[in-house]
Amino acid sequence: MSLLSIQGLKVAFQTRRGSVDAVRGVSLEIDKGEILGIVGESGSGKSVTSYALMRLLDRNGSITGGALSYGGIDLNSVRESTMRDLRGREISMIFQNPRAALNPIRKVGHQIEDVLRRHSRATRSNAKAEAIKALEAVKIRDAEARYNAYPFELSGGMCQRVVIALALACDPKLLIADEPTTGLDITTQKAVMDLIAELIAERSMSAMVITHDLGLAAQYCDRIVVMKDGEVVEEGSAERLFTAPQHAYTRKLVDATPRAGAGIRALLPAEQRTPEPVLPVSDTPLLEVRDLVKTYQGKSGPVHAVKGISFSVMKGQSVGLVGESGCGKSTTSSILVRLADPTSGEILFDGEDLANTPAKNFARDPRRAKIQMVFQDATDSFNPRHTARHSIEEPLARLGGLSRRERKERVGELADLVGLPRTLLDRFPHQLSGGQKARVGIARAIALEPEFLILDEPTAALDVSIQAIVLNLLVDLRAKLGISYLFVSHDLHVVRLLCDYVIVMRDGEIVEEGPAAKVMQTPSHAYTQELLAAAPVPPALQEPASSAAE
Amino acid sequence: MSDLASAPGTTKGTDSTFAHIVYVLRSNPVTLLAFAMFAVLLLTGILGPALVPYDPLQSNAARALQPPSFDHWFGTDNLGRDVLSRVVVATRLDLAISVAAVALSFVIGSVLGSIAGYWGGWLDAVLNRLFDTIMAFPLFVLAMGIVAALGNTVENIVYATAVINIPFYARLVRAEVNIRRDAGFAQAAKLAGNSDIQVLALHIFPNALPPMMVQVSLNLGWAILNAAGLSFIGLGVRPPTAEWGIMVAEGANFIVSGEWWLAIFPGLALMFAVFTFNLLGDGLRDIVDPRQRS
Repeated sequence: MSLLSIQGLKVAFQTRRGSVDAVRGVSLEIDKGEILGIVGESGSGKSVTSYALMRLLDRNGSITGGALSYGGIDLNSVRESTMRDLRGREISMIFQNPRAALNPIRKVGHQIEDVLRRHSRATRSNAKAEAIKALEAVKIRDAEARYNAYPFELSGGMCQRVVIALALACDPKLLIADEPTTGLDITTQKAVMDLIAELIAERSMSAMVITHDLGLAAQYCDRIVVMKDGEVVEEGSAERLFTAPQHAYTRKLVDATPRAGAGIRALLPAEQRTPEPVLPVSDTPLLEVRDLVKTYQGKSGPVHAVKGISFSVMKGQSVGLVGESGCGKSTTSSILVRLADPTSGEILFDGEDLANTPAKNFARDPRRAKIQMVFQDATDSFNPRHTARHSIEEPLARLGGLSRRERKERVGELADLVGLPRTLLDRFPHQLSGGQKARVGIARAIALEPEFLILDEPTAALDVSIQAIVLNLLVDLRAKLGISYLFVSHDLHVVRLLCDYVIVMRDGEIVEEGPAAKVMQTPSHAYTQELLAAAPVPPALQEPASSAAE
Repeated sequence: MSDLASAPGTTKGTDSTFAHIVYVLRSNPVTLLAFAMFAVLLLTGILGPALVPYDPLQSNAARALQPPSFDHWFGTDNLGRDVLSRVVVATRLDLAISVAAVALSFVIGSVLGSIAGYWGGWLDAVLNRLFDTIMAFPLFVLAMGIVAALGNTVENIVYATAVINIPFYARLVRAEVNIRRDAGFAQAAKLAGNSDIQVLALHIFPNALPPMMVQVSLNLGWAILNAAGLSFIGLGVRPPTAEWGIMVAEGANFIVSGEWWLAIFPGLALMFAVFTFNLLGDGLRDIVDPRQRS
């Protein structure tokens, strides 16, 4: 008999527009010792399924049908007090955002003690020792010192380890991991996933790994369930899904997952693939960065965010800036887009030094329109009180010198250019989907026809199928408008698709740079090799791609 | 691209502002009640003098201290003036004082708070100490002091009420502006060529409006109480002007001898006004917050 069995689960939410079915008849089973991956894009109901299973649905959500059975217990009908005993002891969960899952004002050791004592796994006298043991189990170095740390003192990866320690403290039999590595660096992601896989194997537990990343699921799960719109569309082993996807949606997901050996058009469904445009790159540099240094005054002495980097971007070229969080890539991009001033160094744009105009006065500089940026967080980068039209119009009104009617026309043209239906222009940001917001962000950035565009992880928060579309849009725009890109990202596989030249940064320094193909095929620096190795490799492509990944 | 184009609800544009207000009112009966009470208050303020049966200042010694009757619904006072007429006519003055005072502290507090929150540094430190100083006084005593020092007029009541309220607005705006100072949309606005002042005034400040609305509405009620309180102790509005605070003060003398209607009715009017404004806050916030539209 399987450990967990879900039969025809239905979940509905009551909203302003009436009842919305989030999960529409999902059936799945997990055997003892099995790792099941649930893959789907946002809104597919994969998280809601797990919340329903834990009986942690929001107040406006309710289970409207189906059966949930865990080891013979009907989870849908047991009392809340029984459920409280089950949570943590039998079924445990790792949440998406480790920082939000930890109480910010309590020491992490105390939070682990709470769980242990709630389930009578420890007494007052041995709770501390048990908590430290739990921290050691997730390979936290110097666990005794970490016991006294507050969540804000720990890095994202470290917080996720603490959350794992919390989840596993009472030896549950089933672990639910809801996007456990979202927001973590790629090398940290690998470390965390390896740790989870190892602990599961060690304790012969079962697990449900919820993710949007098909490659990640393929690498760590025994079996994968693909969900779309609250329904299971396909189920099977990772190899089978990649080599012979039965459902059109699975096919689309497999295609859209960036992987070695596939071009940018290959991410799109077969019928939408058009020939890749020719992208001429000139030999004259548009932007030359010379010895750029940025030093902050930190609490414990100066922080060297950028330590004297130099590179150039040619006219029409697309340069990728790759690195993990804290490597100085965001600092560099905000200096280049002139939102911050460098401590020293030159930024030559068309031969003139941009650093001569302080960031404070750059809004009135004639070159303001020529250097624009697409922001990482599409939600945060829009004024919640402005409609999409207003947001795109803003730079035109300030710097475009167009009349009201001309602006309206131009906004319409821009919407067509980025493939945003004109009817959506009068919506507020919160009424748009992630992909639509990305398009509005791009439309705003290209409104003034800039010569240089900084793309700060524009697809980081997007589903893979939307990412595929947005990346292709960016290539088309580059071909049409001849803009030079600086593409800032942590994902080498995405950078490779869009960039001719790649710069790898670490700790404020450039560790490797060169043509994209060369850096990907034969990385010379150990760090670049580590980055490439950390990216999950889809099974079907493992053999032919292994030479590129090693 | 097709699945993006056919996104949920390709209906025309967004709800209009009016439709949104209707939705907020319909979904929350308390808000609807608050708005109805506010309308009553507003209409009384505007039309008051035209509605009342008697001249509020006309005394009639023959009919002094009459209990509520069909002729005089709220009774008459010691000079024979109709209490109902006086309560109704007083609405305009009390509303005007509180609205003017709140508007003044809203504007000044917003400007000072925005500056402190956006630029920070020494400006922030200086302004904060200034607000601390104001708040260090018992506020009603400070208002009394200001009116006593500036002179016993209605304008000075407005100024005094405004001054003691400024720190609350400034603090609120400062916090709201501060958390959005480095938000993505503020940076995007700078890239679009907005100067610092434009970013602050056109992009960041409007986002502080929803919590401000709650403050404004609570404050209106509080300002009415403050103005009535000042006239109760004999500052500001002077007899024979009809004003709720004075009427309660004058009527208080007669409660002992059994003429309860002199103080009770203006007191109830005061309560009604304060209650209305307190109820109004949440509804106003929902209306000015675009995120409530979906």
